[in-house]
Amino acid sequence: MDLAIKLIVLLPLLAAAIAGLFCRIIGDRPAQIVTCAALLIAAALSIFVFVRIGFGPENAKLVVVKLFTWMDSGTLNVDWSLRVDTLTAVMLIVVTGVSSMVHVYSVGYMAEDPGIPRFMAYLSLFTFFMLMLVTADNLVQLFFGWEGVGLASYLLIGFWYDKPSANAAAMKAFIVNRIGDFGFALGIFAVWTLSGTVNYADIFAKGPEMAQMRIHFLGMDLPALETACLLLFVGAMGKSAQLGLHTWLPDAMEGPTPVSALIHAATMVTAGVFMVCRLSPLFELAPTASAVVTLVGAATAFFAATIGLTQFDIKRVVAYSTCSQLGYMFFAAGVGSYSAAMFHLTTHAFFKALLFLGSGSVITALHHEQDMRKMGGVKEKTPQTFYLMWIGTLALSGIGVPFLLGNGIGFSGFYSKDMMEESAFGVHTTVGLIAFWLGVFAAFMTAFYSTRLMFLTFYGKYRGDHHTWDHAHESPAVILIPLYVLAAGALLSGYIAFDWFVGHDWAQFWGTQSIAVKSTGEVLHEAHEVPVWVTLAPLVFALAGIGLSYLFYIVNPALPALTVKRFPAIYALFYNKWYFDEIYDALFVKPALAIGRFFWKKGDGATIDGLGPDNLAARAQDMAGVLMRFQSGYLYHYAFVMLVGVAGLVTYFMMTAAR
Amino acid sequence: MTIGLDHYLFVAAVLFTLGILGIFLNRKNVIVILKNVIVILMCVELMLLAVNINLVAFSVFQGNVVGQIFAMLVLTVAAAEAAIGLAILVVYFRNRGTIEVEDINAMKG
Repeated sequence: MDLAIKLIVLLPLLAAAIAGLFCRIIGDRPAQIVTCAALLIAAALSIFVFVRIGFGPENAKLVVVKLFTWMDSGTLNVDWSLRVDTLTAVMLIVVTGVSSMVHVYSVGYMAEDPGIPRFMAYLSLFTFFMLMLVTADNLVQLFFGWEGVGLASYLLIGFWYDKPSANAAAMKAFIVNRIGDFGFALGIFAVWTLSGTVNYADIFAKGPEMAQMRIHFLGMDLPALETACLLLFVGAMGKSAQLGLHTWLPDAMEGPTPVSALIHAATMVTAGVFMVCRLSPLFELAPTASAVVTLVGAATAFFAATIGLTQFDIKRVVAYSTCSQLGYMFFAAGVGSYSAAMFHLTTHAFFKALLFLGSGSVITALHHEQDMRKMGGVKEKTPQTFYLMWIGTLALSGIGVPFLLGNGIGFSGFYSKDMMEESAFGVHTTVGLIAFWLGVFAAFMTAFYSTRLMFLTFYGKYRGDHHTWDHAHESPAVILIPLYVLAAGALLSGYIAFDWFVGHDWAQFWGTQSIAVKSTGEVLHEAHEVPVWVTLAPLVFALAGIGLSYLFYIVNPALPALTVKRFPAIYALFYNKWYFDEIYDALFVKPALAIGRFFWKKGDGATIDGLGPDNLAARAQDMAGVLMRFQSGYLYHYAFVMLVGVAGLVTYFMMTAAR
Repeated sequence: MTIGLDHYLFVAAVLFTLGILGIFLNRKNVIVILKNVIVILMCVELMLLAVNINLVAFSVFQGNVVGQIFAMLVLTVAAAEAAIGLAILVVYFRNRGTIEVEDINAMKG
């Protein structure tokens, strides 16, 4: 068991090292084999660990493997250790499962790229950091993984480094994440100050005590735990692209599509949700912070969905849907339904990776065309991708038949989204209700834009140039097989895992040491008792969204243009992403540039250089110019100077001798 | 009129001053004189001779022969110096085709 856990985490690192450091020696194919093999082994081991932890007896639900001591300084003790409980086991499945599929997919997708070993090494390195993040048993190691995935994300977004837009997007992702990480680091400091430890187990033991403490800062008297949780949540907002710090995620689509699928949909962006669930024993004790989490999550779910309605880049539509789905997870976690949040995280990983990789398949088929206005009718050319994408779309929309066979039958998103909505309604708070209604409307829009993507891409007549059309083809098996695996996950994971995550086995599955059991139990109980209409609402709204989309893009394709003409202001707002980029540009980027330019030109250039080095150099040159005149090169000048010197010396000696 | 020490010293001083002026007065300075390096060498000799006159005069008037021996040494050194200086001049002339002082300014920074 210990060995399996170590292998899961360290195999990707080993593979990354081999592929990354020796890429010039070993070549493309071995790099692919090494990384894919490492990830597939890790995925298989993860299933083993998951079964052992998830279905083992209560006393076997927590395994901590200590690797070695990292820091031992005074009261600060940090170990490198791998903590696996149910929460981590779920994340192991998600991370290694999706990552291994993406590795295999990349073999096909990146086949013509000159930087294959580098790409595979980055992917494996990312997987290692992500595993480090989820298996951490203290906040510092979590932060290590947290920053590591940020680095890998930066490297992979900017993978095509000769594209200026990719570089800009990579920098944007890194910088925006730094803002969140600053809050996260402050949160870690706060937790350490309050509890004197960074180990999860010790922190959670001190949770109730911390809830009573207060922090004094700049004359403010703040409840300590609420502040710490809010700061930690700022970190989660950055990583999980929540409202305000979301601007980097759509731009991150500049990276290769497998990267978008792995990092910016399935795994890394869910790190924030994971962190909130991991620290749920703290968030449970911080009702205000949890309310903020709920509101921000619900707002993001709604807001990102509105933008998704109007975008034309196929990957950006999926990116905004990711943003929106992450909002769902946060409001579920915010109302205390941590298991539902993790449930949606798991199902979402499958269907969102499927949607991204499917989009990638379409994009390759059409020679790297990403604009849906230049697609259409592609189902003729890529029939398998077409059906797989429908599975992903219906799972994302949360389509299913409720009440059948107890829990209902449907795509995976159906179970998890329903559960989150019911949880939000079930807590019977104002915040919960707001989240519920925003979530329902977001479900409507999600169904609309994801089916719109399908209709624009696969139905109707082709709208691009016919050369591309003639060369369009179904993707090879190496691309399709991962899609089938993920499609199986998108189809079945909800049905299979419902009882484990949120159904009647949940208490036995989660154990007592992974997530906050108390609030989860209460919320899940309430969620199962909600009125029938609450259960049906997301489904009905989703079906309405699909119907409307069908009307708009199949029955009467003139309708979208008419709608835009009717509501130009709203359309402009949505199409321009609520002007977030423009506002940030005016508020932060421009002033920062202006300040930077001022300090550069006036501060550094004029003051420091002008008075310092440049000034000294100029004065030295002036002096040299004066002294240079003495060195005329004429013999008689030198002789004269010598004479003057001699006369001077003689005079001096005579004067002194006379005394 | 008896010729005393003062007269010898005066002649020596005049000679010495002539030597100095000969070295650094030239076209660029106050008086216009055509000059080459040989003139400078001769001026140096002149100054050495002025010194010799001083040495010998003091030697005679003080009755101490050491000054005259020293004058002999100075003469020897002056001869050697003149020989080396002229040799350098010849080589220089072969290289540059001139020994005009005005043209010798290659040692400028």
